[in-house]
Amino acid sequence: MATRITVDPVTRIEGHLRIDCEVDNGKIVNAWSSGQMWRGIEQIVMGRDPREAWLFAQRICGVCTTVHAMASVRAVENALDLEIPLNAQYIRNMIVGAHCVHDNIVHFYHLSALDWVDIVSALKADPQKASQIANSVSSWHLNSPQVLSQVQKRLLALVESGQLGIFANGYWGHSAMKLPPEINLIAAAHYLQALEYQRKANQIVAILGSKTPHIQNLAVGGVANPINFDSQSTLTLERLYHIKKLIGELGDFVRNAYLVDVAIVGAFYGDWAQYGAGVTDYLSVPEMPMDTRGTKFAMPGGVIKNGDPGTFQPISGFHDQYFQEGVAESNKHAWYRSKGPLHPWDGETEPQYTDFEDDGKYSWVKAPTFHGQRMQVGPLGNVLAMVAAGYEPALRYLNQMTDRINAIGGSPFPISALHSTIGRHAARAVRCGVIYENLESQWQALMDNIATGDTDTFNRPVFPKGEIRGVGIHEAPRGTLSHWVVIEDRKIKNYQAVVPSTWNAGPRNENDELGPYEASLLDNPVADPERPLEVIRTVHSFDPCIACAIHLADTERREIVKVKAL
Amino acid sequence: MHTLVLGIGNLLLQDEGIGVHIINELQRRFQFPPGVELLDGGTAGMELVEAMLDREQVVVVDAIRSDEAPGTLIQVEGDAVPAFLQQHLTPHQLGIADVLATLTIAGRTPKQLVLLGVVPHSMELSVTLSDTLQQQFAELITQVAAKLAEFGIVPTPKVEIRPSVGPLTGVPSDER
Repeated sequence: MATRITVDPVTRIEGHLRIDCEVDNGKIVNAWSSGQMWRGIEQIVMGRDPREAWLFAQRICGVCTTVHAMASVRAVENALDLEIPLNAQYIRNMIVGAHCVHDNIVHFYHLSALDWVDIVSALKADPQKASQIANSVSSWHLNSPQVLSQVQKRLLALVESGQLGIFANGYWGHSAMKLPPEINLIAAAHYLQALEYQRKANQIVAILGSKTPHIQNLAVGGVANPINFDSQSTLTLERLYHIKKLIGELGDFVRNAYLVDVAIVGAFYGDWAQYGAGVTDYLSVPEMPMDTRGTKFAMPGGVIKNGDPGTFQPISGFHDQYFQEGVAESNKHAWYRSKGPLHPWDGETEPQYTDFEDDGKYSWVKAPTFHGQRMQVGPLGNVLAMVAAGYEPALRYLNQMTDRINAIGGSPFPISALHSTIGRHAARAVRCGVIYENLESQWQALMDNIATGDTDTFNRPVFPKGEIRGVGIHEAPRGTLSHWVVIEDRKIKNYQAVVPSTWNAGPRNENDELGPYEASLLDNPVADPERPLEVIRTVHSFDPCIACAIHLADTERREIVKVKAL
Repeated sequence: MHTLVLGIGNLLLQDEGIGVHIINELQRRFQFPPGVELLDGGTAGMELVEAMLDREQVVVVDAIRSDEAPGTLIQVEGDAVPAFLQQHLTPHQLGIADVLATLTIAGRTPKQLVLLGVVPHSMELSVTLSDTLQQQFAELITQVAAKLAEFGIVPTPKVEIRPSVGPLTGVPSDER
């Protein structure tokens, strides 16, 4: 008998997402992804000075305040065809990198690990044995029996306090939880240690950005970080060397804890390489510009079709026509007035609320397409693009990941297995390794450039009369982000943000094709409709952040699962 | 820093931004003793883990959805905060609840936790507060100060430089 499951809200994500699934014979046969908040945030920048749009844009969202600031200044610079100094690019790139490492660590350990790791089971582990297992796969210095035994005591106190139930919304004891107690203990230990390491990433953002959350150092035309080694109020050598130290410590955690833990989870949950592929056309953009104009990049990006890296078509940079012409958004199934797919420069956001209609409108998220096709965005698509472009670090980290999963799990993990729920986690960790290396090389590039005597960080923007248009692209932790701006007589005339979660969480499009979340849920098993852990696993694997895809709603905190016989 | 006063909310959505407005006002008007940090947390969620780790005292100021009349001031303390957050929410509080969950698992929640809030009147797109909340603004500031006083923290009012006091250079004050 078919049943309908409604999970509303999905927790351990930012923002308010509702997922509906039809389950028949223990498998999902249909799915709807519905953003339950309206976002009309673009309207607030209409008529404003384009130089201050980024300050508003970064208030759109909670998780990734930084990324909207970045995309916004790039959009205005793109409209002006304004180059920015090399130092400014490198400083921005370091913020981009540190923010991404922060986001990836928090997403894996604090927002999604509990989908796979059973904290209660860790109480049964033998810390000695757990330490041996951990040391056999990693040289991480915090895997000793003493450390693990302390963690176990902490977990026991937590379980006995009764707070686990109130707080964590985990699926303890679920039949789909498969890690042995020792592995659960190792993962729980790293969950706690990750708290210390995410701080280090955040500190880098805070030093360069002056403040976190909501960085303050950007400007249309560069950054507001004066470089002067003789002045304490600027970016000094001391500060730069402190950043270098933090980068090194972060790298240690990423390489020896995060990348290893993801491989372990991937090996024990090999069955999850069969589920969750969904849309296998991927979009990503290049990141970390290495010249003043945004034509050369450290990390490639582009389009992959049908999951085949052989189809790779690169996106060249900030001025790429193929990208600029390709994006459109459909409101046919979203709660806005619909006029067919519109390009973001012509985009409209006029609410038209109906009830939740399975075949009609059912979400506050629009449905974007790229040259008419649904696209999945995120680290997975970017890793495939980087590998297709022959980018060595991506290939190296990917090979290390697949070899490791293979060695631990005893069965091969081909690249094709990446098109899956577990594959998205693996790809995110792989990209985090690549990002960490780039963080190091951006630091070096900045030092080398300053050593040539160049201390420029800002080029003053000059706004012409008349209308100009720009797009700011950014490969954010959750995928491709683009801000689109139309400026008329020095004032903003139109502004649209097409965010990663719009691409992935969007509803059906103009041709009624399923969005990436929806498509990825099809055929997933559901052992217990009352506790649909499997649904949560696949949705969380995208690192959902709905807060900027949409905005505003009444909501209840507790993850509420409703099951209805059909 | 043993004490954190954290204002959260979305500045772009009128009364939703009350927490941030309060922080800005406190920073403008008062000097706080060492060890006290005031933070505009904006719309951040998990990014606030760093700010909340291992504090003695945390006072969160926010807009709170409730059946009470707009403008009603609400104060919740200690263990009641997480339970309260499950019932009364604005979207970013999903994030704050997750931050508290993470700190709880780690055993690193603040020793004293206070949520001070006010029921919003309007959450339309705007960067200025509604009249209802503007009327409650001074009272909310007073409550934050009273709560800090309970913790033994007394801010000093900043000396206001009045425009009539012209500088010695002789530049007329109204041209400054």
